[in-house]
Amino acid sequence: MTVEPSEAPHLGEVIVDARGIEKYFGRNHVLKGIDLKVRRRQAVMLIGRSGSGKTTLIRCLNFLEEPTMGSVEIDGLRVEADPLHANTRARREQIRQIRLRTGMLFQEFNLFPHMSVLANCIEAPMRVRGVPEAEAVATAGRLLEKVGLADKRDEYPERLSGGQKQRVAIARAMCMEPKVLMFDEPTSALDPELVGEVLTVMEELAHEGTTMIVVTHEMHFAREAADTVVYMDEGRIIEAGPPEQVLGDPEDERTKTFLHRFLSSFADREHAHDPGT
Amino acid sequence: MIAADAPKPDSILPQVEASRARADALFRLKSAGTWLVVIGLVLVGLWATDNIDTAFIAEWGPFIFGGAGLTILVSVVSIFFATILALIGAMGRLSRNPYLNGVAALYVSLVRGTPLIVQIYFIYLALPQVGIVLPAIPSGIIALSFNYGAYMTEIFRAGIQAVPQGQREAAESLGMPERLVMRRIVLPQALRIVIPAIGNDFVAMLKDSSLVSILAVEELLFRSQLVGRQNFRSLETLLIAAAIYWILTITFSYFQQRLERRMARGDR
Repeated sequence: MTVEPSEAPHLGEVIVDARGIEKYFGRNHVLKGIDLKVRRRQAVMLIGRSGSGKTTLIRCLNFLEEPTMGSVEIDGLRVEADPLHANTRARREQIRQIRLRTGMLFQEFNLFPHMSVLANCIEAPMRVRGVPEAEAVATAGRLLEKVGLADKRDEYPERLSGGQKQRVAIARAMCMEPKVLMFDEPTSALDPELVGEVLTVMEELAHEGTTMIVVTHEMHFAREAADTVVYMDEGRIIEAGPPEQVLGDPEDERTKTFLHRFLSSFADREHAHDPGT
Repeated sequence: MIAADAPKPDSILPQVEASRARADALFRLKSAGTWLVVIGLVLVGLWATDNIDTAFIAEWGPFIFGGAGLTILVSVVSIFFATILALIGAMGRLSRNPYLNGVAALYVSLVRGTPLIVQIYFIYLALPQVGIVLPAIPSGIIALSFNYGAYMTEIFRAGIQAVPQGQREAAESLGMPERLVMRRIVLPQALRIVIPAIGNDFVAMLKDSSLVSILAVEELLFRSQLVGRQNFRSLETLLIAAAIYWILTITFSYFQQRLERRMARGDR
């Protein structure tokens, strides 16, 4: 099933175009033909049970996992799945070009522990993009300010809370000026009281028109920040559409069951995480 | 009992702490005293039974001690080259290139499968037969570097593998090419992991460097043997050599522990 984003006027041209993504882990068929289009300024939230393939899907989009079949196009660069020749130099460079167009946020943040917050942010811009130091520092300062951590630039990650780490990771990713930000359950490793600060930043980014694809279990957040909610089950996209439709009035039985179970078991948590907007 | 009569719980806390500190200090004192008593008894016993010649020790001690410089030099230079070899070896062991991988694996297997003393003899005595003649000190350094490099290859490999996969993924996701990921992200973290092990190996190297005495390198053991054999006073000279090795290793272990402690609370 193809996800056709709602034709909201604020959305731009298609920037992510994944076609026919199949992924096997050994004999285990994890993704069964995924088509996904994301437009500029669109915020897409992937929801579904654990094991439904959401995380694998976004990891396939920047080739942290090599898809078994299919192709990914990001900002005009199309790369075909090629698991047989994944390791040639030319292909590694192609994949790197895809990664330069995307920013990735992880459940475990993955800040570089041996570098200060600022150094984390300017490392790739300076060494990969060749941005002059003064400019890289200025950009990093601006983005750290944006995530509310300008005063932490000289701290080391060890001294930060989980929520602060994830916010630094967001700033770090944005320093590379990616065309699309991808979040892999960015709040799942956080203590409940720290989830809100990260979601608030993400919601701000979404409202400002940052293109993003988010794997999340935070339904309230999805409802507030998403342009499109995509429900996945057993490696397929089951349903996609605006949040009020998918979350409020789903067409597919599986989506209904999922939401029903999810909302009843997570009702209290949901409430606690309300970022308060 | 009436609550007002009972001592407040926090007034007793300093006493508890002080008594624990006293007990700890006493324990350390007794433990250190045991060292002194045992060593003292042995030395006094040897002296009292006229088995040890203190005048001889006073005369030749400084000469033997003079070998310590070369012991340290050989060890420091060897651990330096061993570290470089280990770094290259670990890269090879982790390489996807089957030839590099094969060479590195062969190196490690060969070194670990043969005695150090054979390797030392081989470089000094066997290589000249194929036209490679090396002086004693370089031969010793090459043998020790070669040997320790192989053991440290495995340590480095484990250290590199101990850096979480997520670090690599994060760096690659930022568009960093593989080499940059290794140099800027993985290796600095791996180094922190392996530094204690390098320290251990250096202490071991200080002791194993005594093996190069068989090449007539004038380090600690060679000098003590030289003097001891000539005068039939090996008891004294070996005691001196052992004491100096001991002091050297204790000193380096102390600094290593401090380094480790500093790194443990450093910015990780």
